[in-house]
Amino acid sequence: MSLFTGVQAWLDERFHWAELIGPLKKKTVPIHKLSYWYFLGGITLFLFFIQVGTGILLLLYYRPGANEAFESVQYIMTRVQFGWLIRSIHSWAANLMIFTAFAHMFSVIFLRAYRKPRELTWLSGMILLFLAMGFGFSGYLLPWNTLAFFATKVGTEITGRVPVIGHSMMVFLRGGEEVTGATLTRFFGFHVAVLPGLTALFVLIHLGLVQYFGMSVPPGLESRWKASPGEARQMKFFPNFLLRELMAWYIALGVLGALAAILPWELGTKADPFAAAPAGIRPEWYFMFMFQTLKEIPAKLWFMDGEVVGILVFGFAGFLWLLLPFFDRLGRGRGRRLIMGAGLFALSYIIALTIYGYMAK
Amino acid sequence: MGLSEAARIQPARRRLVELLLGGGVLSSIAAFVYPVLRYLIPPPVPDLGGDEVVASKVADMKPSSSKVFRFGTRPALLLMTAEGEYRALSAVCTHLSCTVQYRNDLHQVWCACHNGLYDLTGRNVSGPPPRPLETFQVHVRGDEIVVSRKREA
Repeated sequence: MSLFTGVQAWLDERFHWAELIGPLKKKTVPIHKLSYWYFLGGITLFLFFIQVGTGILLLLYYRPGANEAFESVQYIMTRVQFGWLIRSIHSWAANLMIFTAFAHMFSVIFLRAYRKPRELTWLSGMILLFLAMGFGFSGYLLPWNTLAFFATKVGTEITGRVPVIGHSMMVFLRGGEEVTGATLTRFFGFHVAVLPGLTALFVLIHLGLVQYFGMSVPPGLESRWKASPGEARQMKFFPNFLLRELMAWYIALGVLGALAAILPWELGTKADPFAAAPAGIRPEWYFMFMFQTLKEIPAKLWFMDGEVVGILVFGFAGFLWLLLPFFDRLGRGRGRRLIMGAGLFALSYIIALTIYGYMAK
Repeated sequence: MGLSEAARIQPARRRLVELLLGGGVLSSIAAFVYPVLRYLIPPPVPDLGGDEVVASKVADMKPSSSKVFRFGTRPALLLMTAEGEYRALSAVCTHLSCTVQYRNDLHQVWCACHNGLYDLTGRNVSGPPPRPLETFQVHVRGDEIVVSRKREA
């Protein structure tokens, strides 16, 4: 008996191991032209694992606090062996993770994988995307550099402009009326404790739902396969799909390593709360489309301040986006076309405004 | 007491027990949550800046120059116009609170975050800012430039 089967037998005797992993063994993945899109969620998960790993490593040297944060990141970048690499990987993986999460979301829209019975899978995925953006927003401030300081100032100010509850939310986020060291302390706590805990929980829920419902097949193909079951093709998740997924992860790791080594993440200059915002101030790219929109809205719209209108519109659009799957079965295909249209509009709006944001002065 | 009567009374008693138990559990939860919620609200920071601050030395300012200084808990902007007149404005943009700066090439006050422009009296001229910048009073006292909040007469 080899060691592996020995351990397996030992576990089986105590936990009925075979029964526990039985459903995982039965899981299959449909094979079709668009199967490649199934990799995106997995790659996002892989990048999240990288974030946990590199984040823990950064914690060994990082010190939160307005007087220490910038210096400690500088120390990591210049003195700690391979510190520059660990931090660059953390920054790059964060950005790639948001990118793959967005791509995963749009693939779910366009392949109509959100439809019944997977509404809650969509919802848990959207919560994960919001959490990821929360990670990005809170993590951006931690090096306490000028760019991050003003991005945080604007970002929390936007929260503050939400009618009624805005101001108390802003004070809660900032730990006071202004962005100070107290904000940094809070963001650090959110970034390393609150958000990871919530994310772990929702990743489990999300994966559990994916496991429970199985992989979605694009609707056109699904009805064809139902008509003639002989045509349906699928592979076993374990090991066939998993090995392919591992290959995708390996490629993602290669891209990540190359980016981190060739384009190490910059640190910038230390934040000074009593200096003017420098030219070329901008948020991370995934907030760019909102940033650029706020820049373009006129000061006054009807009787409201322009930015309040912008914030309310984005908030409402985000809320509708969250509920998107529930519109799918509205009147004979109308809802479906609505979702497709909303998806196309959102994608082109985000791409157009992001490009415009980087081109415009 | 007949069986039917007992059945009629018991739900009322049970409801009382449920109410007491439920109320007890709810109030103990409230007793945990309330201090936590209060804890989340940061204590107020005393504004030690007062109503008056020395913004700069006279010797440090030239015509068409500017300086960002600390006024209370927020930044403010001291300007010397080309004509040699001092102006003091809040440096907090009325759009989304970035810190503004003086642009010598435009002779205007500019916010780098969203391209807002103000003239040298603080009036919002173009871009997203919805309101003018707050203005302060400037006095020269010896070799110091003193900025103070405007008093309502």
